[in-house]
Amino acid sequence: MTEVKLHGTWASPFSFRVVWALKLKGIPYDYVEEDIPYNKSKLLLQHNPVHKKIPVLVHGGKPICESMIIVEYIDETWPSNPLLPSDPYERAQARFWINYANDKGAAIWRLFRSRGDEQEKFIEECLEMLRIVEEQALGDKKFFGGDEIGIVDIAFGDIAHWLGVIEETVGVKLLGANEFPRLHAWTNTFKEAPVIRQNLPDRHDMLVLFKGIRARWFGYSSSSGRSD
Amino acid sequence: MAEGNKVTLHGAWPSPYYHRVKMALKVKGIAYEYVEEDLMNKSPTLLKHNPVHKKIPVLVHNGKPICESLVILEYIDETWKDGPKLLPQDPYKRAQIRFWVNFLHEQVFEALYSIIKTDGETQEKALQGLHEKLQVLEEGLKKFFPDCSKPVVSENVGMLEIVVTSILGNYKAQQDVLGLKVIDSEKTPLVFSWVAALVDLPAVKETLPPYEQYVPFLNFMRQTFLKPPTA
Repeated sequence: MTEVKLHGTWASPFSFRVVWALKLKGIPYDYVEEDIPYNKSKLLLQHNPVHKKIPVLVHGGKPICESMIIVEYIDETWPSNPLLPSDPYERAQARFWINYANDKGAAIWRLFRSRGDEQEKFIEECLEMLRIVEEQALGDKKFFGGDEIGIVDIAFGDIAHWLGVIEETVGVKLLGANEFPRLHAWTNTFKEAPVIRQNLPDRHDMLVLFKGIRARWFGYSSSSGRSD
Repeated sequence: MAEGNKVTLHGAWPSPYYHRVKMALKVKGIAYEYVEEDLMNKSPTLLKHNPVHKKIPVLVHNGKPICESLVILEYIDETWKDGPKLLPQDPYKRAQIRFWVNFLHEQVFEALYSIIKTDGETQEKALQGLHEKLQVLEEGLKKFFPDCSKPVVSENVGMLEIVVTSILGNYKAQQDVLGLKVIDSEKTPLVFSWVAALVDLPAVKETLPPYEQYVPFLNFMRQTFLKPPTA
């Protein structure tokens, strides 16, 4: 069997996208925890000279970079339990939402990195994004993929588990059960799926990490970054 | 080609994203109806087909819309299986192509656009940034696509070639309007010779706007960006 190795970090949603894909397909792999950003391994820099980022999947010594490109590679290389639908039109819809997750979905991270007046702009951006994701991408489906977890669920995974930590750290509530009933329900359904539940970073550890990061950036003892 | 295959493409003639789809349809020999959109006055049909982004290009196939240029390219490749392939079959090679397409789409395009929108010192910095990105591309081409040294022919025009020419294919017009080297043949000889060969292929030449049409457009776009904001 050709060796599969994943370079990732314990708190990164991008790293977990790849973990979920590998676990959903039952692909055995070795994991390398990278110390980002201060002490990246030589191997990581060799495998991803362009971006110098995780995740990187190494299959039979050959590296693949960029989380959703890795997930598509996994889906094409190990076709059992497919993550993408088989119909070209539905595949195009899935790819559209993957792009959306990478582009507009990143609003939650822009919010995390902001403070003060700037935050208002990003809060609006997040709410608009969540509205579109709920109405247009998810609709009344159980998962973005339909009855089963699919590639779009994986792409939006950070909304399920990381957004809550961002909300608590920044001090805003965005994904309310009343405002976004269907998307809120999805976050629970997604996290209750056995493969996902067993492969999530510890929430408390993430909270400590995220609060520490914002305190370092903004130097506040209350790391919410809002003036009281 | 299947019977009853109705294909419509909504685009705008200067848009590089539209050029990608136009080129792909040409390479695959797919007949279609073209709808030129006025981006200041978008048609209700376009807004209906792309409610999320409200942008072109949109490909409509038998009444069903597909949005986002790169998504459309993969859809075209998967739906029309005859003719040249836009992506290779091997999953590893596909991943490499997607990686470089992404790099071009996100980083090179933005860097090029910055040069068009700025002048003076800001532009100088932006140009340096572009050349750095193209140097990364140069290294990537050497490592991952040793086949780049093969003659550039129409049969080999795939997703990567389509995307690179949509961004850098108008380099001659851009260089003449801006008065600077978009692609430096000394810093990035491989990128330069590859793009220069690609723009001579019929599929590319017939897709990109003619020089005489593009130059005034570029001048207009630049003047709009450089105009001081009205108080």
